[in-house]
Amino acid sequence: MKQTIIRNGRLIDPTHGTDTKADLYLADGKIVGVGAAPTGFHAEQEIDAAGLIVAPGLVDLAARLREPGFEYKATLPSEMAAAVAGGVTSIVCPPDTDPPLDEPGLVTMLRQRAKAHDLARLYPVGALTVGLKGKEITEMAQLREAGCVAFSQGDVPIADLQVLYRAMQYAATFGFELRLRPEEASLVNDGVAHDGEYASRLGLTGIPVIAETLAIAQIVQLMRATGCRVHIARLSSAAGIELVRTAKREGLPLTCDVDINHIHLADVDIGYFDSHYRFDPPLRSVRDRNAIAAALADGTIDAICSDHSPMDDDSKLLPFAEAEPGATGLELLLPLTLAWAERSGVALPAALAKISSVPAQKLGFEAALTVGSRADLVLFDPDATWQVTPQTLKSQGKNTPFSGMEVKGQARFTFVKGKLVYQAA
Amino acid sequence: MAYNPQLNAAGELIHLLTPEGLPKRILTQILDRAAEYVAAGDAGNKKFTTLAGRSVFNLFFENSTRTRTTFEIAAKRLSADVTSLNIQASSTAKGETLLDTIQNLEAMGADVFVVRHAQSGAPYLIAKHVKPGIAVVNAGDGRHAHPTQALLDMYTIRHFKGDFTKLRVAIVGDILHSRVARSDIHALTTLGCPEVRVIAPKTLLPTGIESLGVHVYHDMAEGLQDVDVIIMLRLQNERMSGAFLPSTQEFFKYYGLTPEKLALAKPDAIVMHPGPMNRGVEIDSAVADGKQAVILPQVTFGIAVRMAVMAIVSENQRGQQQ
Repeated sequence: MKQTIIRNGRLIDPTHGTDTKADLYLADGKIVGVGAAPTGFHAEQEIDAAGLIVAPGLVDLAARLREPGFEYKATLPSEMAAAVAGGVTSIVCPPDTDPPLDEPGLVTMLRQRAKAHDLARLYPVGALTVGLKGKEITEMAQLREAGCVAFSQGDVPIADLQVLYRAMQYAATFGFELRLRPEEASLVNDGVAHDGEYASRLGLTGIPVIAETLAIAQIVQLMRATGCRVHIARLSSAAGIELVRTAKREGLPLTCDVDINHIHLADVDIGYFDSHYRFDPPLRSVRDRNAIAAALADGTIDAICSDHSPMDDDSKLLPFAEAEPGATGLELLLPLTLAWAERSGVALPAALAKISSVPAQKLGFEAALTVGSRADLVLFDPDATWQVTPQTLKSQGKNTPFSGMEVKGQARFTFVKGKLVYQAA
Repeated sequence: MAYNPQLNAAGELIHLLTPEGLPKRILTQILDRAAEYVAAGDAGNKKFTTLAGRSVFNLFFENSTRTRTTFEIAAKRLSADVTSLNIQASSTAKGETLLDTIQNLEAMGADVFVVRHAQSGAPYLIAKHVKPGIAVVNAGDGRHAHPTQALLDMYTIRHFKGDFTKLRVAIVGDILHSRVARSDIHALTTLGCPEVRVIAPKTLLPTGIESLGVHVYHDMAEGLQDVDVIIMLRLQNERMSGAFLPSTQEFFKYYGLTPEKLALAKPDAIVMHPGPMNRGVEIDSAVADGKQAVILPQVTFGIAVRMAVMAIVSENQRGQQQ
């Protein structure tokens, strides 16, 4: 491992809320000096970070790498490369692979394969039920031993409340966290868009907001009954946010996130049935989108994830309702978070906290720039504007609704465990 | 949404996908052209050479007899070569995508695609990907739009009532699942109709339908008061499952059009229905066969309207090519 100096950078530490100019010294995968070199330090590599922000590497709470089973959509090497190009150094991957991550052996295999492409760190989320079928709970304790950081159903809600109740009791036994996307399946049915004026106009089957709020209400009640810790994944509505706000005030061990798409887009952006705007949960009204931006700023929403869902072109070249939901996102997490911060008047340390220190805390480490911290870093130019061009994205999935859009903020160097894993051309 | 995929740079109609967002002049142009075909037909001249040497493909991804037949007749009267394909879900099961199918038919020399599809927006996908010079006519997509039905409805209303700006129109029944209702609403409001009402129970109304510029009624007696035009919608049998309605009997009792309820409308009100009708479910036979019903003229005018649409989009596509 090379000893590295990062000179002249603007250091933003979201954990401590600091914003300073200093040199940073890396060795043995850790930060070994801030402002001054530790004794015996011999720089083998120098990076000039003048004009760049030096921050802890980004932690993405939901990014699908598509392995195993969906290699035609994306692969570990392609998505790892996309991650570090986007400044993401830790990836939490949901269990909705094929087969789903419901057996310890699968998780071990995935982690080994990730090691072979050692770029970003991988944190698998285990399946909560066998095959994600919502019937039998998985061997959660053994999945944890294999490296799972939490348990989830991916995008398949558990229809049977008895199963969810027991899953939460069992997880609470070991203190495990569940990551649940709040959705009452019977109210979704064949819905594909927010149940509002715009879907009515387009004749798209609606998904009402109550599909989210009723699910949150159930989860909150079950949390009270079981004491289980829950992270609510990808809120979409103002009413849903309000329920989370109330539950947090009560002191329940509840956190939540939102994805980059729902911060910036709304149902009207679907335009003429553009399938790149098909998402689960659906893009909701402009009012909901504004409530998301505000709830991020006031702390009700803890974190921002990319909800990275790379796919092949054919998955989107279909009528809106038949197209696969989701968008590629690893390379857009940083600029779209910065865009939200700029629009909402949120300072950089607080904005970066949403995509580094807060999610890192959930994974049990500190994303900071102090001596002893992990040398997982992103060096980015906050003023670099670039146009989102699908063909130039590193991700194998070129599917993005932001195609052609000008964004600001671009990773120049990414370090993982003290090693330079990405350098912009 | 300044960009409109239905219009070329000169603002001319090159695809017909929905009446929404089309200027009044284009709707009127279609109705006027249809009137020429009707007049010519009345004079014994049914055949035109407008589309001679052109290929029209009727692509019905969803079953329909009436609409497909009237499109076939309309294309033949314009001397087009017509091929009708019933492409059920099985072709996608065989692995061929919608766009694969389209590309194959393009290779066979198609000029106009008439498309019916169960998914809202499918004709937009096709229009976006067809080669320049090929026109797409939406023959009904999901719940979204059925523009030729709306235009023939407008033709019928204009024929019997004249001026749209003095009319009160009620659309009754399953608005939620109806592409006809949506397209009729857009066409009526564009043509200047000052009052469009929808009458249905809450389970059969789309969220925020008021935003389309309609007045919502749940009671037939109130909603039919003094209207000039009544458009009844077909109630699909499958709507009887899924808790939309308790029974056809109850629906008929509260929302079926009977002579008694019709009497609340203006004495000269006309009754329309896109067909096929469910007698005794949404409409009483005495009304369907009564002297205020204009359901059969709708079918006749439908052919002229579809001729007008295919002729206009083909001419504009050709003009664009040169």
